[in-house]
Amino acid sequence: MALTRRQRRAAFRGAQYLLLVAVLLTLAFTANWGELQRGFFDLDVAAEQFPDILSVALVNTVVYTVVGFAFGAVLGLVLALMRLSSVGPYRWIAAGYVELFRGLPALLVFIAFGFGVPIAFHIRFTTLSTVMLALGLVGAAYIAETLRSGIQAVPRGQVEAARSLGMSQARAMVSIVIPQAFRIVLPSLTNELILLVKDSSLVYLLGLTGAQYELAKFGRDAMNTNPTLTPVVVSGLCYLVITIPLSYLSRWLERRGNAPKKDSALEVQS
Amino acid sequence: MSVIEISGLHKAFGPLQVLRGIDLSVERGDVVCVIGPSGSGKSTLLRCVNLLEQPDSGTILVGGTELTDPDVDIDLARRKLGMVFQGFNLFSHLSVLDNLTIAQRKVLRRSGSEAVETARRNLAKVGLAGKESAVPSQLSGGQQQRAAIARALSMNPEVMLFDEPTSALDPELVGDVLGVMRQLADEGMTMIVVTHEMQFAREVADRVLFMDGGVVVEQGPAEQVIGDPQEERTRTFLARVLNPLK
Repeated sequence: MALTRRQRRAAFRGAQYLLLVAVLLTLAFTANWGELQRGFFDLDVAAEQFPDILSVALVNTVVYTVVGFAFGAVLGLVLALMRLSSVGPYRWIAAGYVELFRGLPALLVFIAFGFGVPIAFHIRFTTLSTVMLALGLVGAAYIAETLRSGIQAVPRGQVEAARSLGMSQARAMVSIVIPQAFRIVLPSLTNELILLVKDSSLVYLLGLTGAQYELAKFGRDAMNTNPTLTPVVVSGLCYLVITIPLSYLSRWLERRGNAPKKDSALEVQS
Repeated sequence: MSVIEISGLHKAFGPLQVLRGIDLSVERGDVVCVIGPSGSGKSTLLRCVNLLEQPDSGTILVGGTELTDPDVDIDLARRKLGMVFQGFNLFSHLSVLDNLTIAQRKVLRRSGSEAVETARRNLAKVGLAGKESAVPSQLSGGQQQRAAIARALSMNPEVMLFDEPTSALDPELVGDVLGVMRQLADEGMTMIVVTHEMQFAREVADRVLFMDGGVVVEQGPAEQVIGDPQEERTRTFLARVLNPLK
């Protein structure tokens, strides 16, 4: 006998829940819970990580990310303006830069700046400035593209209004276009910040002293003295402490940014 | 003396000849309405007057300054010309008050207090006193357009250019904007208005230009061009606009 639509829907949902329960039960019975707890979340080992994992490693991760992002944002804005320049060579240089640094693994950039550049130019960077350069150079390529799309998304009428009030092209860019572009791309910029938080783990390539350890290196180092993955699990949780609020921030910015945008659809462009 | 003197103006977008030899002179205090079918080049003409469009040939004199001369500082020349757009184009990231003060401060280098005082005076004039801290998206279309007019007035222009200022408005909001424009005209402001509002043209304009196909087909006093058009094309256009159902 044929089932009604309502019965079919209920049966289908029931089957999905049944499958989920079956998978969870299988995992629960086949896993060795004692081994898992010792291997991944040994409470004694986890407790040993504190407070250094917060006061040293988490702080360093945040500091590395912030200096990298700050440098990347400034360089990214310069590159975005270069890509929109009327001078051909500026456009080519910026386009070449974006393709190069977006295409290379951040790992290679870190090696290049940690070892290649200092040898080639006989300069010694401090660790922090190497981090700033390497993370910033990688971040700038993404930020440049994001800002360029934001600048181009500002309606042409905004520039025309600014020019008709006697503003120069540069003044219109600084006072009208860039502030609006930033608002448009703020959610994407937050996402790029999250990517940089994770890329900051590559700093270990530079060879760090204990006080310079960031989260990933800190966790791996602690693993050497404890035959358990617990330190890495704790450091992973610390990353989430940084990135999850950021992604909520990004979503909140997106919602806030969308509200006025819907209204401005009323503006009819001729 | 003419405030605006245009002669032999040509403009093409690719193969499309939009303006094919326009001559126009506007005296101080004149209100000139430009009417015509869409695609006739009337908006392009207006946008050429403050060089938002670069003409291909011809001359545009504003207050004796030749705008098309590459050595002329266009930003300086544009201060004499206030522009009001069909799409309002209020700066969406700024409050109404900041919309009115930003160019006063950055372009005219007025002090903050002077800029705010001028802005408040002009907001009151267009009936928006009390809306200083609103952002554009909180205003109705009619309010946005009146704020845009106040923004242009705050620069103390010699001439106001209106590019179909009521075409994007809901019908019941058109009257407020036209009322402000009529008041400006009564105060002696020199105005060029591209519009489809025939009644406004008839009552407020000193002179009406009918454009079609990139040329001025007919011009003269409003009563004559709208009330008793001499050219066949003008008659056809007016018949369609005034009696769309016939």
